[in-house]
Amino acid sequence: MVANLFFYRLTEYCLALFWKTFLIAGAPMTWSINVNGTLRRVDVDGDTPLLWVLRDVLGMTGTKFGCGLALCGACTVHIDGTPRRSCITRIDSIGTSVVTTIEAIDRTREGKALQQAWVDLDVVQCGYCQSGQIMSAAALLTAKPKPSDDDIDAAMSGNVCRCGTYQRIRAAIHRAAGS
Amino acid sequence: MPKSPCITSLNRRSLLKVGAAVGGGLALTLVLPSALRSGWAANFTASDFAPNAFIRISREGVVTMVMPMVEMGQGVYTSMAMLLAEELEVDLNRVRLEHAPPNDALYGNSILHIQTTGLSTSIRAFWTPLRQAGAVARTLLISAAAHQWAVDPATCRAQHGIVSDFTGARHLGYGELVDVAATMPVPAPDKVALKAPESFKLIGTRVRRLDSQDKVNGRAEFGIDARLPGMRVAAIAISPVFGGRVKSVNETAALAINGVHQVVRLDNAVAVVGDHLWASKKGLQAAAVQWDDGPNAAIDSAEIIRQLEEASKQSGAVARHEGDAERVLASAERRFDATFRLPFLAHAAMEPMNCTAHVRKDGCDLWVGTQAPTLTQTLIAQLTGLPKDAVKIHNFLLGGGFGRRLEADGSILAVRVAQHVDGPVKVIWSREEDIQHDMYRPCYYDRISAAVDDTGKPVAWTHRVAGSSVVARYVPPLFRNGLDFDAVEGAAEPPYAIPNIHVDYVRVEPPGIPTAFWRGVGPVKNVFIVESFIDELAAASHQDPVEYRKSLLSHNPRALGVLALATEKAGWGRPLPPRQGRGVSLQSSFGGFLAQVAEVEVTADGLVRVRRLVCAVDCGLVVNPDTIAAQVDGGSLFGLTAALYGSITLKAGRVQQSNFHDYRPMRINETPVIETHIVKSTEAPGGFGEAACAIVAPAVTNAIFAATGKRIRSLPIDSAQLKS
Repeated sequence: MVANLFFYRLTEYCLALFWKTFLIAGAPMTWSINVNGTLRRVDVDGDTPLLWVLRDVLGMTGTKFGCGLALCGACTVHIDGTPRRSCITRIDSIGTSVVTTIEAIDRTREGKALQQAWVDLDVVQCGYCQSGQIMSAAALLTAKPKPSDDDIDAAMSGNVCRCGTYQRIRAAIHRAAGS
Repeated sequence: MPKSPCITSLNRRSLLKVGAAVGGGLALTLVLPSALRSGWAANFTASDFAPNAFIRISREGVVTMVMPMVEMGQGVYTSMAMLLAEELEVDLNRVRLEHAPPNDALYGNSILHIQTTGLSTSIRAFWTPLRQAGAVARTLLISAAAHQWAVDPATCRAQHGIVSDFTGARHLGYGELVDVAATMPVPAPDKVALKAPESFKLIGTRVRRLDSQDKVNGRAEFGIDARLPGMRVAAIAISPVFGGRVKSVNETAALAINGVHQVVRLDNAVAVVGDHLWASKKGLQAAAVQWDDGPNAAIDSAEIIRQLEEASKQSGAVARHEGDAERVLASAERRFDATFRLPFLAHAAMEPMNCTAHVRKDGCDLWVGTQAPTLTQTLIAQLTGLPKDAVKIHNFLLGGGFGRRLEADGSILAVRVAQHVDGPVKVIWSREEDIQHDMYRPCYYDRISAAVDDTGKPVAWTHRVAGSSVVARYVPPLFRNGLDFDAVEGAAEPPYAIPNIHVDYVRVEPPGIPTAFWRGVGPVKNVFIVESFIDELAAASHQDPVEYRKSLLSHNPRALGVLALATEKAGWGRPLPPRQGRGVSLQSSFGGFLAQVAEVEVTADGLVRVRRLVCAVDCGLVVNPDTIAAQVDGGSLFGLTAALYGSITLKAGRVQQSNFHDYRPMRINETPVIETHIVKSTEAPGGFGEAACAIVAPAVTNAIFAATGKRIRSLPIDSAQLKS
């Protein structure tokens, strides 16, 4: 009990020190984040978007930069299975959550089925937005294994494709849902 | 085996010498999709058989194909590989693909005379050369086998990368033949027999894209994904007014940001160089750059349009003149006149502008996805004072091109930054910079008039195009006698029979805003105008828009063919509920014919919902029908996005749009059902990357007319005018 209290106080003290020293002063610190099942340590400011940590610090370039304002979905990743725009997700908001990127989405049943459907139907054109499209679609299929067209509209309308592959994206999601 | 340092320094002759000297592999060059890398030369060993610049075959039997044009979504890495593989007799799934280095002599596009991917020319330009390259290699490999077996080559045949003799008992894989093949005399490309279309095994069949796999798992590398040891990342701010200058920069504040290393001040831009883009971006913010706006500070789009309108009253360079349209119009009992206005447009490719550059005393390397590698190389050589051979361009897959990446401005800016940086630096534009410092599809103001006879048919037609000339800036030798052939394409040769026609062009360069090619440039605007106006003429004489068009097309069977097919598949004439309508459009551009029927609903609030697009295509001989359908989807949505939402405007010299909230792309929930129907044809293949981009707007606006009775003569479509 006393030991517990001691650790509680110690933790509280450390946290206070942490806020004071690093976040408030805006100085960098080391963050440990779980990316695709691996713990990665990065030294960046707490306000750094996950997108740039992935791309520029960790060298994982499958996640794309498109707009920087969560308007296009090219940077979509999963955080604890939920689709998030990594361009506006600060590194200090991640904590112990699990980050999944396009590089590992084939480890999920939905991700694998979607990638196969994308290839079967030749969805891609330039391909730049497709990492984000597949990440959004994978989250959709996890939540709704048999999505309707309206479900697809709702889940996918945040992902822009300038090549205009939307019709095949819709067909590929239905195909993956049926497999 | 020593690796070739860089193929840029090799010409065709030295490539052949390499192959022959070592008695090694046949070196016709092409690369596998899953292995697509810009460091294409890395896999080139001296023992490879390289009978021409497009094909290389190693002793292990690995066939590498070098792609002279770039892949930006249009599917050429698959369709061009099909052309080679068809004649080379190899299975596509066993082929490696590589990006070609800059070299006009080896990889120039025979239509554009330069190694540039644009104007929908890739298949048209390489249809024969790539099949010949495949056939030459196959001929050499067969000769090598026949030589080893001491039989007549005519008795041997090649299939699936293996040569067999006439008995079918003896076989040699291509890898086993490369050393002997490299010693055989290389036949002239036009002396080898090419397959007749009825013998095609690949061409005309649905072939899966070779770049799909890497594009669904994050492994595909675009220019923005370039990573090099010691590389820094730079954020950039360019003068918000074109032609403006940097007035002040707070370097101290920028350098105080964690991860920022350097501030580079150029005359018209400031770059902050850091460990990663976020650090650089924060540094750029802290730098609080102040600008001297310069001479264009008062530029306004309304003024630009006014200038265009004024200039369009003067006659221009003649694009076509037949009969005496002016005289017939002057005395006509029934004449119709209209003006059309089209806005500036940004490209807004999904991959924002970027370029990685490493400038050294003795050379410069660029890692960039570009549609124009040789042009970029030339301009960077001029900028740096380096010899061309010292400027290496490592090309990548393009995250959308649409004409934006025909321009070298992004590479030039990156090199100007890199000249101040020790080591490689990747310059990434924000989406805001990308939209506000694009080079824009010109704004146009057109005047069109027609006189009709008592059956309603046009007997005289005049069309004046007024706007900026991209051709005059980009390819000055092709701007002849004041005429921009691209600006009038689709206007000068409408598909209809019109006895008196006069089409001219007035060049008007807008101040303070650069213009550039934009997917389908001339035809995108001209097909809209011609097809809208023809529809007006049909309506004026109370005729069905399809029957009216058909009555003017008896001389044009391919146009009639697509029109009949599209309208049949669309159920033309079937009744629709109120506020819904069908519209049709027809075009003859890029060496092919398209017809499209749009089904549109207009809400009481004036919102336009496009429900269905039915497209009929006759683009000659089709290489990969699935790519045609994909390009109809993509081109239609690109053109439709522009028709519904696209407009770049300027105020106080600044572009007012900045990101996808105010330069709006279509999204999946707005996407109509799109159907493609292909006319079987043995005509020469046409270009297709841009075609559907031009056909869609008039089909939709004519459908809006059918639904509401309101004509659209300027884009983007203004919903406020369509309220019930």
